[in-house]
Amino acid sequence: MTDIFISSDNILSPIGLNTAVNFERLKQDNSGIKKQENKEMSEQPFYAALFENDFSENGLPDIFTRFEKLLVASVEDAFSKTNVKATDKKTVLIISTTKGNISLLETEILSDELNKRISLNTSAKLVADHFGFVNQPIIISNACISGMLAILTGMRLIQSGQYDHAVVTGADLISKFVLSGFQSFQAVSPSVCKPFDAARDGINLGEGAGTVVLTSNKEYSSGIKVSGGSVSNDANHISGPSRTGEELNIAIGKAMKMAQVTSGDIGFISAHGTATLFNDEMEAKAINLAGLQSAPVNSLKGYYGHTLGAAGLIESIISIQSLKENTIMPTPGFESMGVTQPVNVSTTVIQTPLQHCLKTASGFGGCNAALVFSKQQNQQ
Amino acid sequence: MSNDLYITASSSINTNIVSKNELLVFENKEPDLSQFLLSVYRHLDTQYPKFHKMDNLSKLGWLANEVLLKDSFDTAKYKPEDIGIVLSNANSSLDNDIKYMETVKEIASPALFVYTLPNIVIGEISIRHKFKGENAFFINEDFDAAFIQQYVGNLMHNEVLQCCICGWVEALGENYKAVLFLIEKDKSSNSVIFTKENLNKIYQIENG
Repeated sequence: MTDIFISSDNILSPIGLNTAVNFERLKQDNSGIKKQENKEMSEQPFYAALFENDFSENGLPDIFTRFEKLLVASVEDAFSKTNVKATDKKTVLIISTTKGNISLLETEILSDELNKRISLNTSAKLVADHFGFVNQPIIISNACISGMLAILTGMRLIQSGQYDHAVVTGADLISKFVLSGFQSFQAVSPSVCKPFDAARDGINLGEGAGTVVLTSNKEYSSGIKVSGGSVSNDANHISGPSRTGEELNIAIGKAMKMAQVTSGDIGFISAHGTATLFNDEMEAKAINLAGLQSAPVNSLKGYYGHTLGAAGLIESIISIQSLKENTIMPTPGFESMGVTQPVNVSTTVIQTPLQHCLKTASGFGGCNAALVFSKQQNQQ
Repeated sequence: MSNDLYITASSSINTNIVSKNELLVFENKEPDLSQFLLSVYRHLDTQYPKFHKMDNLSKLGWLANEVLLKDSFDTAKYKPEDIGIVLSNANSSLDNDIKYMETVKEIASPALFVYTLPNIVIGEISIRHKFKGENAFFINEDFDAAFIQQYVGNLMHNEVLQCCICGWVEALGENYKAVLFLIEKDKSSNSVIFTKENLNKIYQIENG
């Protein structure tokens, strides 16, 4: 199979405007999650990681919504660090999101025109045309694994020979629509979330965007490969995870097989770790089924909150940076073990030689995803 | 030609007509989509109480899949993780998103919120038949046969899947359309080769 390299990346979050700034601030234990008092979104105060700007500074026409401006800003920064060109006929744009422009439902009057404006095809066309992509963009909306599935799709499209490069971007913004939904599920923590902790009591939501530029051209590589990936379905419940973790384990096993690694090769795991009771318990079971219980595990949800369609991208990019810097990130909010199966939760910044890492996520609809990232052989 | 993949069955629900392998299964002029879908469910004569909790998009996709697999699919032939689902539409879950947003003005409905993602229909089909393989939901302006053929073909040629249900499931207001294809590696009596042209041909016919 063709090797798929990471050429460049961007994280645009309330923590910072690019990957380097995000990574530095995470090392200093800076979280983007704050107490929010926004009556338009919620009668009660809530904790979330939200942007304080509207991305108007990048000078796009008013026709671009905040969601589209966020995507453009993230892709622009990723393009500034790679030789991959949007206008290359072997480059494809892949966009991942769960809710895109859904906040328009809160402010606009229902009409066919509004439906067209909310359609992700409209957003994708605006973003693709802005950069001059020649191929039709691909849009993925597959709940909380969207960002990871988008990376996996980019990998597959390049390996099939159809494209040489894939610009994989994803974003989600938080509005009343999404917040009220998670509140209605009683899934939102009343404070900062505590992944894998005994006292964990739900998620925080977060806004953000992430972009990775994938390429088969080794000369464009930044030193990291996407070496394996897989998706599975629980076939159990649409809004609750598997009780056994067996299906996430299937995805992990297939991703590791594709990457030609075994459990002892995995330097760390970047888990989904949403800090709900059921998710973290299921992940702990899957990690044990995969024989990965001694590998350090982190959840970045205490920094970013759950950034939905961007989460798989943002957390993969932090993992990629971790491999580059031989630095495992901690799990803010975790104090005492709160899952029944042993997992080695990372609690401080750890410096250690790293070769491979595993990223996992799960989402509504029973979907699970696993990706393996690896250093190129000649990199230390 | 050992690399060929086959469309071993197709189904469609569109313009008040349900069909399988391009043959009429059921017709009902009922103008209300929810009522029409209920009549299709009754026609299929299955007992599945969860059906009644689904949004229209999930009902539509779930029913189209029941028609697709009924009397002709041998689940036991495959391991659960070898059967995948790849679906697409133009408007994501907007139909249910609008209904959910109506409830937010009073009390937000968790029962509706869970359907505010397009891939929930994949979850519903997976639960029904215990399919545990690769799944993906793509948004396209129109049914993109070339992309589906390329993506699903790639999954099956690379042994990621041995069998895949793919196609188009769209519902927005009273406009709806579902066309599903069953893709397998072995020929069957009325199968055709899995090509972009055959997908488009069936898609057009099933659209009447």
